Amino acid sequence: MGTKMMEKTAASAGKKANLSMKQYGMMLALIAVYVIFAFITEGKNLSAMNVNSLIMQNGYVVILAVGMLLCVLTGNVDLGVGSVVASCGAVAGTLIVDFGVNTPLAMLASLVVGALFGVFVGFFVSKLDIPPFIVTLATMLMGRGICYVILQSQTKGPLPASYTWISTGFLPTWKVGNVDMITMIVAIVCVVLVFAMDFKSIATNKKHGLPTIPLWQSIAKDAVISAIILFFFFKLACYNGIPVLLLLMLAVVCVYHFITTKTVAGRQIYAMGGNAKAASLSGINTKKVFFWVYANMGLLCGLAGIVLSARNASATPKAGDGFEMDAIASCYIGGAATSGGIGTVIGAVVGAFIMGILNNGMSLAGFDTNVQKIVKGAVLLGAVTVDLVSKRKKG
Amino acid sequence: MAQEYILEMNHIVKAFSGVRALDDVDFKVRRGEIMAICGENGAGKSTLMNVLSGVYPYGSYEGDIVYCGETCRFHSIKDSEQKGIVIIHQELALSPYLSVAENVFIGNERQKNGVIDWTRTRREAQELLARVGLENENVNVPVNTLGVGKQQMIEIAKALGKKADLLILDEPTAALNDTESAQLLELMLQLKAQGMTCIIISHKLNEISYVADSITIIRDGKSIETLHKGVDEFSEDRIIKGMVGRELTNRYPKREDCPIGEAIFEVKNWNVYHPDDADRQVLKDINLTVRAGEVVGLAGLMGAGRTELAMSLFGHAYGQKISGEVYIKGKKVDMRSVRSAIDNNFAYVSEDRKTYGLVLIDSITFNMSLAALRRFFSERGVVDERKEAVKAEEYRRLINVKTATMEQPVGSLSGGNQQKVVLAKWMLTQPDVLILDEPTRGIDVGAKYEIYSVINDLARAGKAIIIISSEMPEIIGTCDRTYVINEGEIAGELSRDEMTQEAIMGTIMAHNRKGE
Repeated sequence: MGTKMMEKTAASAGKKANLSMKQYGMMLALIAVYVIFAFITEGKNLSAMNVNSLIMQNGYVVILAVGMLLCVLTGNVDLGVGSVVASCGAVAGTLIVDFGVNTPLAMLASLVVGALFGVFVGFFVSKLDIPPFIVTLATMLMGRGICYVILQSQTKGPLPASYTWISTGFLPTWKVGNVDMITMIVAIVCVVLVFAMDFKSIATNKKHGLPTIPLWQSIAKDAVISAIILFFFFKLACYNGIPVLLLLMLAVVCVYHFITTKTVAGRQIYAMGGNAKAASLSGINTKKVFFWVYANMGLLCGLAGIVLSARNASATPKAGDGFEMDAIASCYIGGAATSGGIGTVIGAVVGAFIMGILNNGMSLAGFDTNVQKIVKGAVLLGAVTVDLVSKRKKG
Repeated sequence: MAQEYILEMNHIVKAFSGVRALDDVDFKVRRGEIMAICGENGAGKSTLMNVLSGVYPYGSYEGDIVYCGETCRFHSIKDSEQKGIVIIHQELALSPYLSVAENVFIGNERQKNGVIDWTRTRREAQELLARVGLENENVNVPVNTLGVGKQQMIEIAKALGKKADLLILDEPTAALNDTESAQLLELMLQLKAQGMTCIIISHKLNEISYVADSITIIRDGKSIETLHKGVDEFSEDRIIKGMVGRELTNRYPKREDCPIGEAIFEVKNWNVYHPDDADRQVLKDINLTVRAGEVVGLAGLMGAGRTELAMSLFGHAYGQKISGEVYIKGKKVDMRSVRSAIDNNFAYVSEDRKTYGLVLIDSITFNMSLAALRRFFSERGVVDERKEAVKAEEYRRLINVKTATMEQPVGSLSGGNQQKVVLAKWMLTQPDVLILDEPTRGIDVGAKYEIYSVINDLARAGKAIIIISSEMPEIIGTCDRTYVINEGEIAGELSRDEMTQEAIMGTIMAHNRKGE
């Protein structure tokens, strides 16, 4: 009985603390993976250039993971993502190379094509009640075919600098010695914001008599986040400054984080994923939610299509192969549930970066690509197993 | 009492992460009797049965189980079934698309070297069905084509096929209507006459006092007392006293200072057709009126069309080809979606809270605000989390939801507290009209009382309230007036003075005769 009592007090102490370790456990895992590879690669993955390439390499995965999270929240996935990304890039590339269309218009075309794919899926899924697995399996096949048709099985390129800027460009810099000051100023502003927002939320909670997290925990959490931000931006400052792609990613993540946590629309997605019948009897138009989730996934595919073709400076028919799996894996590694209703945008982003750091680290360490796949699969399985088994013990 | 005990459970202690769900429980059953276990939700009834049947294996609890004079150590359900202890859970364990015969012998197949002997399977299934009063049933049809009542009987046939000596029924009549329940109880008595020992867990006390020979009462994980028929008083009030630990003189709180005002909810000539069959009319020419501050019942047998009526009114959530008019506060309203119903201050507290009422994985706050989120807790699509948290906390206190934090997933609450959360969810939409569908199903006596009190408060606030209930005493105890619905029509209307169980049943019977 003695140990049982101990367990009980430990459990109740955890409840009071209110800062869930589960939520931040993945972030700690991310840091751990990074540190482990720092040892394996003898510090190569800490270099300024490599920190920069981590962003450049993972931009599209992050964007897709965010969109995929919404699908996963409804208890489904979108298998067509990779093919749609390729088709969108193909449209933009062909318009520029073959028809001389200007960059903004080509980018818009990519977004429109993506959105059309999304609307197509959304129509079948919501109006006709066809399981998303089937519909997106179809778009996966059709999208790839369309991509080959558009490109006539060839690679279209090179794309102009104005187009590739979005994935390869940097914000203006002001170098003092080797370090870009603009990047550092942004970093400091971010750190201040992290602390300010937390203090503000504590103050308002107190004012309304709502439970608050103990101050030392908030500070510890903010300090860790700030350290990460400062490290990260310092490395960028030592290289070429802030990549344009980083801003784009941040914007996407912020917008969707806001939608999922603060808006009625976000609540509706969670409610529908948790219990569709109860949601619909609570006045939520579940068909509409379904439609928009998939239409939105299409739009983000359009965006990822631009990012990917800009990074490669060309549109190739094989582009985006297997992206859907990376995006889905990111969501699950980030704590989303296959049954729907559970998961966060931040979790999905962390999941994407865990995959990205693994890829990057293994390449730097000279792992065989086949071995890399085995490791990635094992990490996905391990992460989800740990997550589910630890939950089961609590219950 | 010189009779032999078939089962003795002594000093059973079972703890879940330090909390004692069973605390030194003694439980003895005599051979050939029907023993009932009574207790509020969470008292430990199901836990006790799970210990007995090996769901919680030997070693995970303290105390010992003596069955037929032999100390038993069950490691799984298989072990206890081998000894003849068979448990039938509340949720039926039938595979819907398999045939009746296959279901009867599921996990217990009539086979030779792994190959199923179909002739034997069908013949023996037929014999077992005859024992439970289903001799005319075709054993080759899929189980899902039969009603819940018959499915429950098939579960019992399945248990008989396992050569059960001790049959445990957990809430066997929860999903059955009155006729089906009566049949099931008769079957239990019949099996008893054949020498079977039964343990029944049920919230329906009238059934228990009818069928049981002994009643063991469990409260807060402790065995309180065992009553024997013919020795102790066996009335419902006596059982309730044991369950709640105090006299509950009135199960239905009085509604005082509640003047009844003008009619604020009117339905005229409401017709609804079945959603999958456009030719089948489910509701015919329904007319009803509810006044402010009035509580009106919808009585009737299961399948009479009460839930269908409520859901078709609630934004056409059920049915097709719907016609008729609805007036709220004298204004004609057209509610074609759940959203528009909510916007017209109309609320439907659905039956079966776990399936239709709650998102079990999400928090209490999340669930409470769900229906009102758009109208009252958001501005331009952005949720006002402070306002939401403050209001949810206010309602938690108001209707007394017992919980450690508001962040707790609703799924971890007891049935009574879950029902309170559903009620709060709809109260937060600030409705003028509320339909409560089976608002107290499967919750304990104490929580029921609290729910009735909330209903009284709502009536006092001038709302029009409709209660759908299959428990006639509940309708009689809580309503000012009731409509009796039968086969999709209003069979009659009874005022407070006319309302008795006999009158309600009489109205249904008379309507049936008229239909013939």
